[in-house]
Amino acid sequence: MHARYTWRTLTREATLILLALLFLVPLAGLLNVSLKPQDSQTGTLAFAWPPTLDNYAQAWDQARLGAALANSFAITTVSVVLIIAFAAMAAYPLARVTRGWSRHTFSFVIGGLLVPGQLALLPLYATMRDLGLLGSLWSVILINVGQQIPFSVFLYTMFLRELPLDYEEAALLDGCGPVRSFVTVVFPLLRPVTGTVVILNTVGIWNEFFTPLLYLGGSDNTTAPVAIYGFVSQYVSQWPLIFAGLVISVIPILVVYFALQKHIIKGFAGGLKG
Amino acid sequence: MALPHATTTPPGAREPTAQPPPGAAGRTRRKVGVHAPWWFVVPAIAVYVFIVVVPSANGALFSFTDWNGLRPDWSLVGLDNYAAVFADRTARDALANTLILAAAATVTQNVVGLLLALGVNSMVKSRYLLRVIFFAPVVLTPLVAGYVWSFLLSPNGAVNDALRAVGLDSLAHDWLGDPDTALYAIVAEIVWQFAGYSMVIYLAGLQAIPREVLEAATIDGAGAWSKFRRVVLPLLNGAVVINVMLCLIGGLKQFDQVMAMTGGGPGTATETISTAIYKSAFSLGDFPFSIALAVVMTVVIAVLAAVQFRLTQRKTS
Repeated sequence: MHARYTWRTLTREATLILLALLFLVPLAGLLNVSLKPQDSQTGTLAFAWPPTLDNYAQAWDQARLGAALANSFAITTVSVVLIIAFAAMAAYPLARVTRGWSRHTFSFVIGGLLVPGQLALLPLYATMRDLGLLGSLWSVILINVGQQIPFSVFLYTMFLRELPLDYEEAALLDGCGPVRSFVTVVFPLLRPVTGTVVILNTVGIWNEFFTPLLYLGGSDNTTAPVAIYGFVSQYVSQWPLIFAGLVISVIPILVVYFALQKHIIKGFAGGLKG
Repeated sequence: MALPHATTTPPGAREPTAQPPPGAAGRTRRKVGVHAPWWFVVPAIAVYVFIVVVPSANGALFSFTDWNGLRPDWSLVGLDNYAAVFADRTARDALANTLILAAAATVTQNVVGLLLALGVNSMVKSRYLLRVIFFAPVVLTPLVAGYVWSFLLSPNGAVNDALRAVGLDSLAHDWLGDPDTALYAIVAEIVWQFAGYSMVIYLAGLQAIPREVLEAATIDGAGAWSKFRRVVLPLLNGAVVINVMLCLIGGLKQFDQVMAMTGGGPGTATETISTAIYKSAFSLGDFPFSIALAVVMTVVIAVLAAVQFRLTQRKTS
């Protein structure tokens, strides 16, 4: 049904492009306002000319975005690495062992998908406080890992169940122990689903606001969203300055998106269809 | 290197090709001595139990006590905390707002997402670029997106400028400052940010529809609308279920955008359960109240998830 490019298609294309431009207005407005002088009285969408980068220098200093971005980066990297390691390992026996305990353990882990984090919030906060982890990046990393285990284990297990046993059996015949066969044979075969797990968790953890606000707010170890939250309440309605800070804080994740957009869109759809 | 079939397919991407029947070759061969060590589950389970299971169970338990989070001692108070929650106007408003917001966002986001998916699944030349653009807001930090929109919706923001430019001056007003429109303004932001998310899931569903089915419908003389209603939509059932579930749960937990756009105001017009839990615990120090509200939220999510599950089960069977 490869229809020719008809008038109808043209109308549809024009409508979609118009809609896409409308979708881009908030992003364009964000960039535009960030380039205006701070005393500018022009309307939202009046073009910033001549553009100034002063806001960026000032926002970088005053919101202490350098340190915040470094913390966001550290938290995201360590959390995602641990999530992959723990979830892939756990999924291996959960997918391969057909006995009762494995099924029960799987249900036990998947049950976590339905429990909102708010239920655990206060007891967990008290525990972290008693352990002296308030203000430490480790509290946020541990929470990210624990909260993301159910979904990531689910993705890995569903994928592994579809994966034929041939490679593992060959490895076994070649004298590979179970651990070595997992590391050298099974884990590399999981690459597509690992990609999905990395994408979903990187976006989610980088953008996460609630957990770092609670555990790192007020400490020197804030993440980018928490730094922005504090910055906005301090410089309320100095929009050009605030928007420069917002732009800086989202550049890393938007760069990742535009560099990997093809895989990201696929990964989101694939990871969530299961 | 030729990878086995499954590794090139994302999990769950239903191929039209036939799957081997369950219990065939796979089942018997599963016993051929592949040893997956049981202790591989230990690290994941340990963190999960420590971060999710134990604190959640404690949360449920402490909701019947006067535990204030500071002292280790507590005593049972029965349903007092729940009585306090349901007697509190802010909590009742938060519950109502959350349900309205979740329902409005779920419906709108799914309609917009499906329309976008149908659009970018057609033969338009710019479809790949359009997908990238419609999806871009999804990766944007929700807090940041909230700030941008609070600026666009402010009295002299772009939304009002645009309305005045087309002569609709009477509609222009302080969207987030008006209790009647603030909640829906937040819904609009959520739809803008996450419609692309629904779009990719619907797109994946649309692309799994075998072309022959659509061709057969065309040959039978089905018009565009009846083809959509009778062929496409039923085959998208799986995508609808997942999209509705994700939107609903996301909407019921809404926190970030509300904090960025209104902080729950004006009054309690946009207070959600999440913001109310946060405020009662960390601004007012009322742990028992906050924890009972969290249990109420859990029950609401569980009930709605169960209802949706029942409805979709009936539909598919």
